[in-house]
Amino acid sequence: MTLVKHELRQSKVSFLIWTASIGFLLAVCVFLFPEMKGQMDGVSDVFASMGSFTEAFGMDRLNFGTLTGFYAIECGNVLGLGGAFFAALCAAGILSKEEKDKTAEFLLTHPVSRQRIITEKLIAVFIQITAMSMIIYALAVGSIAAIGEEIPWKEVSLLHLSFYLLQLELAGICFGISAFLRKGSTGIGLGIAVTMYFLNLIANIADVADFLKYITPFGYCEGADIVANGKMDGIMVAIGATIGIGGILIAYLKYTKKDIH
Amino acid sequence: MEIIKTTRLTKYYGKSRGIEDLDLTVNSGEFFGFIGPNGAGKSTTIRTLLGLIAPTSGSATVFGKDITKEKEAVLQNIGYLPSEGLFYGEMKVKDALKLSADLRKKDCTAEAKMLCERLQLEPSRKIDDLSFGNRKKVAIVCALQHNPDLLVLDEPTGGLDPLMQKEFFDILRERNHAGATIFLSGHILSEIQRNCTHAAIIRDGKIIACDSVEALSKTNAKRVTVHGTVDLTHLNGIRDRKEAKDAVSFLYSGDMGSLLHTLSSGQINDITVKEPDLEEIFLHYYEKDGETV
Repeated sequence: MTLVKHELRQSKVSFLIWTASIGFLLAVCVFLFPEMKGQMDGVSDVFASMGSFTEAFGMDRLNFGTLTGFYAIECGNVLGLGGAFFAALCAAGILSKEEKDKTAEFLLTHPVSRQRIITEKLIAVFIQITAMSMIIYALAVGSIAAIGEEIPWKEVSLLHLSFYLLQLELAGICFGISAFLRKGSTGIGLGIAVTMYFLNLIANIADVADFLKYITPFGYCEGADIVANGKMDGIMVAIGATIGIGGILIAYLKYTKKDIH
Repeated sequence: MEIIKTTRLTKYYGKSRGIEDLDLTVNSGEFFGFIGPNGAGKSTTIRTLLGLIAPTSGSATVFGKDITKEKEAVLQNIGYLPSEGLFYGEMKVKDALKLSADLRKKDCTAEAKMLCERLQLEPSRKIDDLSFGNRKKVAIVCALQHNPDLLVLDEPTGGLDPLMQKEFFDILRERNHAGATIFLSGHILSEIQRNCTHAAIIRDGKIIACDSVEALSKTNAKRVTVHGTVDLTHLNGIRDRKEAKDAVSFLYSGDMGSLLHTLSSGQINDITVKEPDLEEIFLHYYEKDGETV
């Protein structure tokens, strides 16, 4: 586990900054809720009548005036995007950075098999995503309690679980891509996260594009569906898990045979 | 015992050649120089031996073990000094050394401390703050601290000042006397002539000469330098003639009698006759398609 420790030490600063930023934004939004609640009667109608924009964020099906509705939409954007960016960046860089920073010649000439390097780096990504999800979950529950609202345990837990799965899936995809990269990984990581996010918005707006929900992990994170159904869509989650695991398998296949420059 | 043995080892990067049908043998205890200009295939050979890149065809063994099938066992006993190896810049020197030792599952603290003292490297400094030469020292300690049986050094002295170069080669000689095999790749020929017992010359991805340094340097030709005035027009077997004020220098491979006869008819103040140095032989290999001098 030498490499896991090494990776975690290396990414400590970026992990702390991302976790603090997402946690802070999330808490700020929750703290805004009491103020907004009083004005919500009017606002909900406004939000519910903005046409495509309303549909894109699922605001036609959620009540902005309740904590659950408010949290599902707000959480979907802050935690959804923030977590997706972090997971994508973290995984996209983890294999490729050795060649980019020219440390591959150091690391890979030690008596450590490529499989072990891949596995330990994967574990490091997994630990970071899991730790971040747990910290954010605690912060979210804590801030809801702090504003004196009753905590909707089931909905909040399901929402956070779905975003955790989304981060794992994106990390799996980006990990696979990372095995092919030699230079910058930031653009590709961000690009994938943003594309997935917009695919879901398009699916929400246009009925013909509904199938996109089965491609993007944001499909099974849709707050409106989770709150309404009380569960995630099993098929979407299964497809997502397959894609994520596929990415990891590709990373193993590619990186064990890769010529290192 | 053969420490490194490659058999028809070939590496193509797509269509461009890295090395081609390379046969190379390095025996136990040799201080082996691997000579060639940039792009000849030195680094490709080293990278293949270390398992960083996979050979296109052919095979290679290190310590009698196949480099692809038993890569980890091979690497356990190799110390590698990359030509421009970089480290995780945020780390401290001692943490990087510890990481390297941990990856080998070895405790090298005592050896690392000794090497840092000899090379005047401060273990508590951050790698990002070090000069190029000092970063090289970190790489040297990493390559040496686990006392490997084979040292692979890729252009090792770049960035080191002359005093450090001397200290570095002192350490290498000590290791060599203690039984380690040393494989030194580079293009600084004086360095190889001074330190190596054996050498191979690589050109366009192929070995064109491989022998003891002594045998490689020993040729029929002599480098003759004459101070004074002498008419050389009727002398056969002169090459690489260099004229200076009051002096002429040339490689001579003709009849010694006629050389002496010609010289005796001139006005000579001083004369030196010596073996050509490795540099001249090397250049010759590169200019003349590999005929001997």
